[in-house]
Amino acid sequence: MRLKRLGELCKRREGLEIRFILIQNRAGKTRLAKWYMQFDDDEKQKLIEEVHAVVTVRDAKHTNFVEFRNFKIIYRRYAGLYFCICVDVNDNNLAYLEAIHNFVEVLNEYFHNVCELDLVFNFYKVYTVVDEMFLAGEIRETSQTKVLKQLLMLQSLE
Amino acid sequence: MLVQFFQRTHDSLLLLGKSKEAEIKRINKELANIRSKFKGDKALDGYSKKKYVCKLLFIFLLGHDIDFGHMEAVNLLSSNRYTEKQIGYLFISVLVNSNSELIRLINNAIKNDLASRNPTFMGLALHCIASVGSREMAEAFAGEIPKVLVAGDTMDSVKQSAALCLLRLYRTSPDLVPMGDWTSRVVHLLNDQHLGVVTAATSLITTLAQKNPEEFKTSVSLAVSRLSRIVTSASTDLQDYTYYFVPAPWLSVKLLRLLQCYPPPEDPAVRGRLTECLETILNKAQEPPKSKKVQHSNAKNAVLFEAISLIIHHDSEPNLLVRACNQLGQFLQHRETNLRYLALESMCTLASSEFSHEAVKTHIETVINALKTERDVSVRQRAVDLLYAMCDRSNAPQIVAEMLSYLETADYSIREEIVLKVAILAEKYAVDYTWYVDTILNLIRIAGDYVSEEVWYRVIQIVINRDDVQGYAAKTVFEALQAPACHENLVKVGGYILGEFGNLIAGDPRSSPLIQFNLLHSKFHLCSVPTRALLLSTYIKFVNLFPEVKPTIQDVLRSDSQLRNADVELQQRAVEYLRLSTVASTDILATVLEEMPPFPERESSILAKLKKKKGPSTVTDLEDTKRERSVDVNGGPEPAPASTSAMSTPSPSADLLGLGAAPPAPAGPPPSSGGGGLLVDVFSDSASVVAPLAPGSEDNFARFVCKNNGVLFENQLLQIGLKSEFRQNLGRMFIFYGNKTSTQFLNFTPTLICSDDLQPNLNLQTKPVDPTVEGGAQVQQVVNIECVSDFTEAPVLNIQFRYGGTFQNVSVQLPITLNKFFQPTEMASQDFFQRWKQLSNPQQEVQNIFKAKHPMDTEVTKAKIIGFGSALLEEVDPNPANFVGAGIIHTKTTQIGCLLRLEPNLQAQMYRLTLRTSKEAVSQRLCELLSAQF
Repeated sequence: MRLKRLGELCKRREGLEIRFILIQNRAGKTRLAKWYMQFDDDEKQKLIEEVHAVVTVRDAKHTNFVEFRNFKIIYRRYAGLYFCICVDVNDNNLAYLEAIHNFVEVLNEYFHNVCELDLVFNFYKVYTVVDEMFLAGEIRETSQTKVLKQLLMLQSLE
Repeated sequence: MLVQFFQRTHDSLLLLGKSKEAEIKRINKELANIRSKFKGDKALDGYSKKKYVCKLLFIFLLGHDIDFGHMEAVNLLSSNRYTEKQIGYLFISVLVNSNSELIRLINNAIKNDLASRNPTFMGLALHCIASVGSREMAEAFAGEIPKVLVAGDTMDSVKQSAALCLLRLYRTSPDLVPMGDWTSRVVHLLNDQHLGVVTAATSLITTLAQKNPEEFKTSVSLAVSRLSRIVTSASTDLQDYTYYFVPAPWLSVKLLRLLQCYPPPEDPAVRGRLTECLETILNKAQEPPKSKKVQHSNAKNAVLFEAISLIIHHDSEPNLLVRACNQLGQFLQHRETNLRYLALESMCTLASSEFSHEAVKTHIETVINALKTERDVSVRQRAVDLLYAMCDRSNAPQIVAEMLSYLETADYSIREEIVLKVAILAEKYAVDYTWYVDTILNLIRIAGDYVSEEVWYRVIQIVINRDDVQGYAAKTVFEALQAPACHENLVKVGGYILGEFGNLIAGDPRSSPLIQFNLLHSKFHLCSVPTRALLLSTYIKFVNLFPEVKPTIQDVLRSDSQLRNADVELQQRAVEYLRLSTVASTDILATVLEEMPPFPERESSILAKLKKKKGPSTVTDLEDTKRERSVDVNGGPEPAPASTSAMSTPSPSADLLGLGAAPPAPAGPPPSSGGGGLLVDVFSDSASVVAPLAPGSEDNFARFVCKNNGVLFENQLLQIGLKSEFRQNLGRMFIFYGNKTSTQFLNFTPTLICSDDLQPNLNLQTKPVDPTVEGGAQVQQVVNIECVSDFTEAPVLNIQFRYGGTFQNVSVQLPITLNKFFQPTEMASQDFFQRWKQLSNPQQEVQNIFKAKHPMDTEVTKAKIIGFGSALLEEVDPNPANFVGAGIIHTKTTQIGCLLRLEPNLQAQMYRLTLRTSKEAVSQRLCELLSAQF
């Protein structure tokens, strides 16, 4: 039933957009989940498990893209973390692959050598970073300088 | 402080090991604590409230349910401190539920923040709307946000958020977003100084333009000039927006996507500028990289691939298409797997453009190599897709062979799809149907489990509809069945084909009826119930075809394992077939078990299945429509498989005067399924003009020389089937007109036309049919035929009707040929040669020496001579390899005795055919007709 729902949603929407962003570790623990479509909790859990299953079996010789239901996952692995973006099959693979890297470089700068625990304990800040760079399933801002400037400004308000 | 708590929680979880119980205990303790704080008498200050709400969020993100704290989170929204507000909004975004009471409160807080003129608070509010995007929020804010977006004093970062927030609301509730003055101002955001604003605005405009292309048309020229400025800028010009020496890659991609909502720009200046941009992007791909980092090449190629998508979308600049193809060709051998994958994927769409199809084909060896060597299954999958897309008549044998060999080792996940693709290609591009039969049998041998019903039904349909392949098919399945272990699907195909055409090979003692039966029956017990049921039907057909095996088959049917089979279907078949074989006379058996009539040609069910498998809007559809468009480009006489474009192709040889003069040409390569003669001429609008006979119709005509029933003509609107019988000089033909569409045919008028030469010799009588043919309906017309004297030409059937708004005009030759009035004459060797000598006058003999156009199969030849109407005289010719026949042509005025002799030369693949009759014209005509059959 869930499968069907996702398929229907896919057909109904014509716009191209990110469906969700997931950061998972190798054990499958979610370190960030940002959803740009309505899913209920069961669906979300199911998607998380499926993404983990398809991504972790792939090795470095494989592409960074994998078909996923009616979508595709663009992913990149950094140490023990998988950064995954789910987009439409027609969307630009390399643009999202580099969007991931751009995001990771911002995190790295912001947290001074980011590690998995930074994402765990500063989850509320990570959401802010995501919202600065991706909004409504679209790329919002790509300039690292501008994003970091904004993040530092917000931090000064704490 | 917060971090410490999380650290503690996390550490304690680690310390406690993976004990779920311990974790739950620890969490429950914390939840109880928070609950008591919230319910406590003492009002919590903002800081504590934020702390506990944040703890709840953390616990939720660990995977535990949270059922309280919503109210406290909503309270935080009205705080004046950023951190408190931020946690409140985050809680709402992550844990939103549609509690109407709360939504009202939330919306109220958002409204205040939007009006606050504090960019940070406005940003938080907009991000919350963009994350939740519910209908309630759209109702509350869809009118407000456009104002924020285009207001002169709005900060850039707020504009960015407002644009995307509006996009989200438009996606969820397009009806609630009012179009208005703001739209033109939004388009001008493409000119904004701040590239972040342009990035966000481009997404919004793209989505709006998809639904309202007219309203956002002006965005095209603005997008082109913005793109042009980016691609021509030096790598340092854009500072913040340069990513690894690539200027604004994401914005470039988005602008190129926006342009894909529109056809090529009409304004020549804009169009020229865009072409320059695309050329620049292609040029840059050839420049040495500015950095060795993968980020540099990825960003550069992201733009390149999007540019290629736009080039393909426009499909109008051959030069750019070919350059794109060459660029992708380089990527096919790149060391980066990602690039090889994307190049294969992108080439797949290029293959369907008429301008680049040939260029794509030059990479066939590389693609085949990818199929063999790529480690990633998804890359191999793309290679299969590309081979399928680039396949045409010229390379079909190679591609099908490579796919078959890949199938031996292919991943299970993609086998079924490959099977379907091979089956479709083999059918679509079969010049020689023996190749088609071999290919499908190979499919079953290699991947029998993945050969779906559609595939093996299809091979049977094709064999039944094409009599030139039936003997070969029978022989081939017979041989394949001899393998000790063969797939059940082969047993099904074999059973069906031998049941229909086993007689064509029964003359060979190695495949005598009994041997055929024993071979099939040796597989019987290993098969599933449906297959056994099919085999039982084959057996009863054998009873009809081969009376000599009737007792053996009756014994089998009579055995307990059949008559008392636990399966109802099998038991019933055994009982009924046994009874039928016992009580029915030979005539009745022959009628009941007559050869299957040809199947009506529809869209290949396999193609339908592949489309279904791939979803409605994938490469397959696109590729199919495009392929048809490229027919002329490829030059070859492509079949027209369920094509729509063929309808508008005027017949190239529109020779109206040569109408009656078309003699039945020798049967060339058989037309592919559904092809037939395509004679629809939508351009002629005058109803008095008879459509010309198009090339190809002769083939169909020739097929009817030796048989009386079948499909005479078919296109995507109309199917014409025939059933006829002849006795002495009289005949009757039933013509069935099937409307294949769901729309009525109006003024439907079939007319029989006999030329002046033909008219005195052949009498045709018929009644007009109802001028309206309902969608999906079939109407029948009876033609009474009288042969007055011998004749050469064939009558023409012209059909005119209106379909939708268009006038349709179709002409086909009606296969009423002189040999139809043959009565076979049996005679002994002595009589034959006596008469042969009597007809030794040079005017009485006509001889033709010609090359075999079909495999030289004895059984098929025999069947054709009998089908031609003469008796086949065995043991008459001293050379057993030769065939001789005799018969009498009945006309109203006279009877003409005919003798024929066919001498095959296997070595030279030639035949010599000699006809002797008392009338030269008859010898001539019969020789023409029969020569075309071999």
